Amino acid sequence: MFQFIAKRLAMLVATLLVASFAIYGALYLAPGSPIAALTGGRTLPPEVMAQIEARYHLNEPFLTRYWLWLTAAVHGDLGESIPLHESVNTLIAQRIGTTLQLVLFASILIVLFGVSLGIIGALGKGAVDTSVLFASTVSAALPAFAAAVILQFVFGVMLGWFPVLGTGDGFVDTVKHLTLPAIALAATSTALVTRVTRTAVREELDREHVQTAVSRGLPWRDVVRRHVLRNAAIPITTVVGITIASLIALSAVVETAFALNGLGAYLVQAAQNKDFAVVQGISLVLVVAFVVTNVVVDIAYALLDPRVSLGSRAQ
Amino acid sequence: MSIEILDPVADVIDNAPANRRLPKLGFLGWLSVAVIAIALFFAIFGPMLAPYDPTLGDLSYSNVGPIAGHPLGFDDQGRDVLSRLMAGARTTIFGAGFVSLVAIFIGTALALTTAWFGGKTDTFISAALDVLFAFPGILLAVVAAAVFGPSLLSAGIALSIAYSPYVARILRGAALKERAMTYISALEVQGFGAWRLTLRHLLPNISALIVAQGTILFGFAMVDLAAISFLGLGVQSPNADWGVMVSEGKTSLLQGYPLVSLSAVFCIVSVVAAVSFLGDRLESSSRSGNR
Repeated sequence: MFQFIAKRLAMLVATLLVASFAIYGALYLAPGSPIAALTGGRTLPPEVMAQIEARYHLNEPFLTRYWLWLTAAVHGDLGESIPLHESVNTLIAQRIGTTLQLVLFASILIVLFGVSLGIIGALGKGAVDTSVLFASTVSAALPAFAAAVILQFVFGVMLGWFPVLGTGDGFVDTVKHLTLPAIALAATSTALVTRVTRTAVREELDREHVQTAVSRGLPWRDVVRRHVLRNAAIPITTVVGITIASLIALSAVVETAFALNGLGAYLVQAAQNKDFAVVQGISLVLVVAFVVTNVVVDIAYALLDPRVSLGSRAQ
Repeated sequence: MSIEILDPVADVIDNAPANRRLPKLGFLGWLSVAVIAIALFFAIFGPMLAPYDPTLGDLSYSNVGPIAGHPLGFDDQGRDVLSRLMAGARTTIFGAGFVSLVAIFIGTALALTTAWFGGKTDTFISAALDVLFAFPGILLAVVAAAVFGPSLLSAGIALSIAYSPYVARILRGAALKERAMTYISALEVQGFGAWRLTLRHLLPNISALIVAQGTILFGFAMVDLAAISFLGLGVQSPNADWGVMVSEGKTSLLQGYPLVSLSAVFCIVSVVAAVSFLGDRLESSSRSGNR
């Protein structure tokens, strides 16, 4: 087990190293000088140019600049936004809370509704199962931005139950502002979790050990809880983990749709303004979050199911 | 074609009826086919058939609802919504088609290479793919927009690259299974080359799975491309595109005029639902059809 975890962690470090190089390298290749954004096309005296270049290490070779950026990033310093004259750390710190709250809220919805609807569908018969299946099919086909627009219109404009834009202050107000975004973010994943849960529970119900438990006269509740759900938990945990990891990038869409001041929306804005330091910084943070979540899922999967050969990855 | 006689196994396999049978679709399956056919029709002919200029508006008709001759009304710029939907089918459908074709091509090439050579090649390519998995498609597209400027092409290339490891991983398993079949080693012993064996035997035998993956991917690509255009990093306004229309109509939607956004959402959701339904069907029939 320790060997498995050590191997996954080594792979994690290697992946992040390559990813950081790709992120930095891609933006280094971008046409246009970063100084142009600062000067707005004006020509500056050469000594001022030299000062700016020295300040942002613009005249160093590429690998030196990458190394400076990476070592600073490892120490928790993501550099400075040239057009905004502000530390990328500060810019991220102001916004990461909103993104975390949104992803957490959506994750709770996914686990709560996805798993319970899946169990209801698997245990229920006829109309109950059909309606669960129908609901999951509809919401699986609903992309986050489409769900956002529909929710804004129905619950914001028509019914007026929820605010449609902005973040809000204080706990209750924040929850109120984040409810529609979280539902929009969770819609597709909830459907996926519902389907996987339903199939997993169905499969367990058909197993011989469950029939044995029933014929031994154990109460149905105990059979479901101890024999069915415990075994079905393995695929469910995996799919929940993977879908939650996918929310990290998708939050950009939902945050933009609801005008939330989060990391994703800011990344999109920075990409439009060619604020490269911010794009690099936020991309790195999001990739780290995504990769770490996936490794945690892999390890959790191995811990939950001792039969998993530790060399193979969770699919 | 004298070579055919030298290759009896290929004839047997190619003529096997199981490979030629169409999967049973059912009512919803045929409905999906119909929706996709209509979408494809408008992707090809939409811009020519659009009754009004999709980019030219008359501000005096801003946000006017359906009237005679304009069944879906006008957007905030006074442009005919139906014309914009028809013209916008092109970038939406062909964009997604481009992404899934490129991703399938790269993924299949990688899968066949790893399956054929195995060993170190397999280890190396699989490790490289693991690194690519670290980039969610949307994130890669946003970075691409920052580097190359926002456009459908940069978003499309970014998504193709982001999707190919998923294709490669799924097809690699199927290709490895096929590679281990005795008929392949039998032909190898007879001296048939790697190109011929991979292209004439491995590839056709995993083709059902490739088609299924391509269909599923098309749905994902449509959603992600529309999302990127919605963010303003894909197709650029005033060009007509369903994703762009959703975002253009949002201001009016919040003011109580939802027709522009919702009609574009309706188009996207129905095509995506049709494609993913058909993809699921094709995939399950390709898996059960495989020995």
